[in-house]
Amino acid sequence: MPVALVACGAIAQPVAEIVERRGWPVAVHPLPPLLHNQPHLIADEVRDLARALALCHETVAVAYADCGTYGALDAVCAELGLRRLPGLHCYDLFAGESRLASFLDDEPGTYLLTDFLVRSFERTVVRELGLDRHPELREDYFRHYTRAVWLAQDPTPELRALADGAAATLGLPLTVVETGHRRLEAALEALLGGSAAGTDSAPLR
Amino acid sequence: MTSPDEVLQGLYDETLVGNAPRVLELTEEGLALGMEPQSLLFDALIPSLEEVGARFERGDFFVPEMLIAGRAMAGAMERLRPLLAETGVETVGKFLMGTVKGDVHDIGKNLVNIMLEGAGFEVIDLGVQVAPEKFVAAIEEHQPDIVGFSAFLTTTMPMFKANMNALEKAGMRDQVIVMVGGAPVTQEYADAVGADGYAADASATVKRAKALLHEKRSKVPA
Ligand code: B12
Repeated sequence: MPVALVACGAIAQPVAEIVERRGWPVAVHPLPPLLHNQPHLIADEVRDLARALALCHETVAVAYADCGTYGALDAVCAELGLRRLPGLHCYDLFAGESRLASFLDDEPGTYLLTDFLVRSFERTVVRELGLDRHPELREDYFRHYTRAVWLAQDPTPELRALADGAAATLGLPLTVVETGHRRLEAALEALLGGSAAGTDSAPLR
Repeated sequence: MTSPDEVLQGLYDETLVGNAPRVLELTEEGLALGMEPQSLLFDALIPSLEEVGARFERGDFFVPEMLIAGRAMAGAMERLRPLLAETGVETVGKFLMGTVKGDVHDIGKNLVNIMLEGAGFEVIDLGVQVAPEKFVAAIEEHQPDIVGFSAFLTTTMPMFKANMNALEKAGMRDQVIVMVGGAPVTQEYADAVGADGYAADASATVKRAKALLHEKRSKVPA
């Protein structure tokens, strides 16, 4: 494959599905999704993987938003001449930046769920926040939250049940907002541009 | 019978692992042995929470470990607070704290509060989602030495500036020291919004707050 994509594990699955459906010559390489909770590690992890991939791919790109690196990821991209997906976090890539901002404006106590978070809730939220070992911490974490908003990309009944369960675990009412993958797909298309389509437009290096 | 040294070691160890009931028991044991509340605090509880912070920095601890340790220490503080007040030691200063409007992250802020209180500050916590007007009103009411703004999202950090503007407008800017903090905040950002101080974690906040107070007080003519 000429193009390698360093992808956040929390979006790697839909990214790989889109890549496959579109028939792009892109190899998707996920990094652990739990880095989300230790964002100070993300930039270095991306740098290491991107460097390794650059040895055997013409082009490397980064399927991450800023993700709480507060500019550190952009610095790595500038250093290695890479491009990344737009936005502050993956939620922007599903819902769109302005729509996401309005959810949080309307109700600052909004906790966001994605299909990934819903599916992996026990591991990525419950266990990671220690709620399995210390259920009393739910108060410390979620005392000020008033609702869970599921940015549903592919709301099957099975996922819907899991989302209901997740919201119930947090003790929050669930709002479902169907987002699909349209925005993510457009963002990937813009990111991969000519290099994925094999045309001669500016390569990403 | 437990010795004072064993109480201190026990308090340190049990706070570190967040064993709240045991920390409370040991606090009682220490007091029963006639130990000074200050000693329990400065020789065991605070060093333990500092170690928790250091382990968090190193990546050995994650948020839950930090939270349970904070809870354990807060439980002991509940018990010690009235006793510390009785000893008549003057408070170091008054610290008004809040998470900015639009933001509900508060774990970091709460830890800072515990450490400030442990270090002898009187802490008034306005909670989360504190609007600029509310900060202004609370400064008016409580006359703090320092006001702290906490923010955790890139999208809520600009509230620091909004708060500063509100203080200016209310003619209070010179009256209080402003400190800012939270995961996304940097010294450069703090400088850019015109804050007096920034600190990256709870122990650093205590040090910085004391230094800023000292600076301010030594400037005021006697
Ligand atoms: C725990 C956590 C949560 C908890 C918060 C619980 C709570 N009650 O606070 C939960 C799970 C609920 C949560 C929710 C969300 N979170 Co969150 N969360 C974190 C996480 C993992 C740790 C933050 C934390 O508590 N650290 C521990 C404390 C001790 O450290 P600290 O906050 O830095 O505080 C220290 C210093 O900053 C300083 N300090 C703090 N305040 C002050 C104040 C002053 C005056 C001073 C001097 C110093 C100071 O001292 C503190 C103690 O040492 C971070 C990732 C990370 N590792 O930073 C993401 C993170 C902050 N969250 C993030 C996001 C995106 C969210 C959500 C939008 C996710 C979602 N699914 O909806 C929501 C927020 C929604 C909303 N409406 O606000 C992003 C923010 C990214 C960005 N660009 O803004 C981060 C960076 C994760 C990421 N990689 O994307 N989150």
